[in-house]
Amino acid sequence: MSSHEQDRPAINGWYELFSRGARDWLRHSDKIRDAVREHLPQIIAGSDVINHGSRSVQVPVRMLEHYRFRLRPDAEPSGVGQGSAKPGDVLGEPNPSGGAGQKGPGGRGRGGPELMLEFKVDDVIDWLWEDLKLPNLQPKVGPSDETQWKREGWDRRGARSRLDRRRSLRESLKRRASDPGSHAFTDEDLRYRQLARRRQPSVNAVVFFLLDVSGSMTERDRQLSKTFFFWVAAGLRREYQSLDIVFVAHTTDAWEFNEADFFKVTGTGGTVASVGLAKVADIIEARYASNAPNIYLFYASDGDNASDDAAAARGELTRVAGRARYSGYVEITAGSPRITMTETSRIFQDCVGKAGAGGRFVIAGPDDVATAVRHFFTAESRCAQEAST
Amino acid sequence: MSQDWRGLVPQLEDLARKLGLDWSPVIFEAVPDSFMTEIAVYGLPVRMPHWSFGARYIYQLVQRHMGYSRLFEVVFPGNPGHAYLAASNGLSDNILVTAHVLGHADFSKNNMMFRRCQEQGSAHIVEHAASHARQIERNIEAYGQNAVERVLDAALSLEQYIDLDQALRRERYPEYAATAKPLVDDAFRARFASLDGAPLAGTARKARAPVPPHPERDLLWFIATYAPEMESWERDIFLAVREESFYFYPVYATQIMNEGWASYWHARLLREAEFIPQPAYLDAIKCHSDVVRPIAAGEKSALSVNPYHLGFTLWEDIVERHGIAAAQRIRAEDDDFSFLRNYLSKEIAADMGLFRYEGQANGQYKVVAGDIESVREGLLHGKYNFGAPRVAVVEVRSDGTLVLEHDAKTDGRGLDVERTRKVLDYVKSVWRRPVVLKTVDGAAKAVEIYASAAA
Repeated sequence: MSSHEQDRPAINGWYELFSRGARDWLRHSDKIRDAVREHLPQIIAGSDVINHGSRSVQVPVRMLEHYRFRLRPDAEPSGVGQGSAKPGDVLGEPNPSGGAGQKGPGGRGRGGPELMLEFKVDDVIDWLWEDLKLPNLQPKVGPSDETQWKREGWDRRGARSRLDRRRSLRESLKRRASDPGSHAFTDEDLRYRQLARRRQPSVNAVVFFLLDVSGSMTERDRQLSKTFFFWVAAGLRREYQSLDIVFVAHTTDAWEFNEADFFKVTGTGGTVASVGLAKVADIIEARYASNAPNIYLFYASDGDNASDDAAAARGELTRVAGRARYSGYVEITAGSPRITMTETSRIFQDCVGKAGAGGRFVIAGPDDVATAVRHFFTAESRCAQEAST
Repeated sequence: MSQDWRGLVPQLEDLARKLGLDWSPVIFEAVPDSFMTEIAVYGLPVRMPHWSFGARYIYQLVQRHMGYSRLFEVVFPGNPGHAYLAASNGLSDNILVTAHVLGHADFSKNNMMFRRCQEQGSAHIVEHAASHARQIERNIEAYGQNAVERVLDAALSLEQYIDLDQALRRERYPEYAATAKPLVDDAFRARFASLDGAPLAGTARKARAPVPPHPERDLLWFIATYAPEMESWERDIFLAVREESFYFYPVYATQIMNEGWASYWHARLLREAEFIPQPAYLDAIKCHSDVVRPIAAGEKSALSVNPYHLGFTLWEDIVERHGIAAAQRIRAEDDDFSFLRNYLSKEIAADMGLFRYEGQANGQYKVVAGDIESVREGLLHGKYNFGAPRVAVVEVRSDGTLVLEHDAKTDGRGLDVERTRKVLDYVKSVWRRPVVLKTVDGAAKAVEIYASAAA
């Protein structure tokens, strides 16, 4: 087709200014985000943020459907085509899945193209940690309350850096509305953000992540545990300012890791839970005996423990749980939860109730991770209840 | 060849007039391709905002990006009519498009269904739709995005449910049932009725007519008029969507005729316009054959029929057999349903290679023998009732429950339950009373579908 620039009529520039389609598309995206938010467990489970350290999560989503009345799929779809075909000819590619009801022109039932939505990890933490907090958290015993500067209200005087331009413009508009023709801005219009000093009770806390990396923990089990720990750590860091997280992994031996290495750790060999618990207890005594912070333990394991370790593990757990505000046990199982209680689970049930508050949760698949986080960090009443049972 | 296509417009118009075309003035405007995409998605140059248009818009952009579809022009009937041309059209494209637009303009001025709708207001649909859009923007400011969106979700999901046999400005039903006729029409009764005196007790009370007095298929109008607790701005949104549907229906119901007619005329005008430069003419003819091509290049057959090709073929045949005057009468009186039934003959169908096919379990399609009736029916099947299942209001119960009924017998099967429930949820949010729909399930057993309690 011959297309010469000079043949083309000049375009009214107005059209470039605003796109209805783009605006409505943004609205569609907003709605999809809200809808996807309800599928938080899948977002959390499907993320590979731990391995790649990225700050966003990609989730495949369907376009939203605006519903209309539609007939149920035709059992005998038919239509009219055109071309060189005789009765008896067969057209089209066979559909391997052979899904009845998917056939017929127009692709009935397919929800349109998929698109990838990207969520910021911070946003996901926001949704996940809405209303969540550390259970049984107590203000620190002792003096130093922390103070914090918080934004509060506006003033007519203040430092240049705290000038609120939007607010000032509004004042200017108000003034000019009542007195048209006056100056655009006067000193009277300027508004500054006020800061106020607020006392915050200091909540010192230390959280222990103890991970069983023995040979019986498969790659999948480890990944699930780490996903759990990742979202707990990310959430805790956001919620609490003065917080230590201690990362410990064990097989028949136990090691403390820094955060980055902890999320990469793998191991082989047997499982001796008491060694890991002892390591935690030792660290508590060595580092946190004097200033008595809120101590938390979260232990992830598949529940298989060396048969001759039961007594030792009970002893060490009692030691930790006695000091801790809360001791949580996350058991990773393959598929459906087991009917009989595992060794480690029984140890937790027996010791934690007596020595201090705590709870257990079984993660059977990726979708349970979010529920697990919510289970442990929801309400104090639940902890108390579990502690008493 | 620096000649602007606009320079050729007067000559094309003179020729068209000489050949018997009759149209209201058309304003031509070249717009960016992105705007053409929007017109295709919204159906109107400026239309109310809704997220569902956004989803379709992105889909179209992707399609266009991959080269699947290209829009040359969109024309809106009216006096004056508006024709939007893609700015990326070359000179030869625009010659063809201008001729094509004249065909559409003749069609929309003379086709009776178009005329009827234009007389009722859709002659100014471009302006009306823009004013609806503006009103809805104001509603969003006043009542918030979510509240307005809730209403639009409902109204747009019912946009096919209008009744074209009724006027756009429609009165409420008569409040009272028609008074019963006198039992016997004899002289005695006539004399008795003429006597002075108070009427007997009870005879003065007229019976209230039920609402609706008959199954009502204009759901948009019914809900806007009889919803017990709808805000007036919500009713206005329903009526705005309805007015736009009154404009869309003739476009929809005459698509094959209308595109065929415009294609017939652009081909004929090009053939007879000696003033078009030869290279541009050749390019335009090539463009024409792309537009009316029945099957994609390299394919032997297609599972759908190109309406341009179908309409074009029928009009060529009609003009050849019956002459231009008969063709003009048909263009005035028919719609796609009568057009295909009257003029798609067995011979034409065979010439065009139209065939019936049936879907198989493995997703393939089997070509089957079919008479011309079944071919026509297959082409028209999806177009009945604005392409939507037949649903009507049959009752409003004393507790305000809206009872809808699906005509499963005519449609051949029941409604998709999940989607129906979602639509009922939309409707319930404006009806503000329970909503129920009667249809049949897979085993043709009667079922009732309710809107969810929370909606």
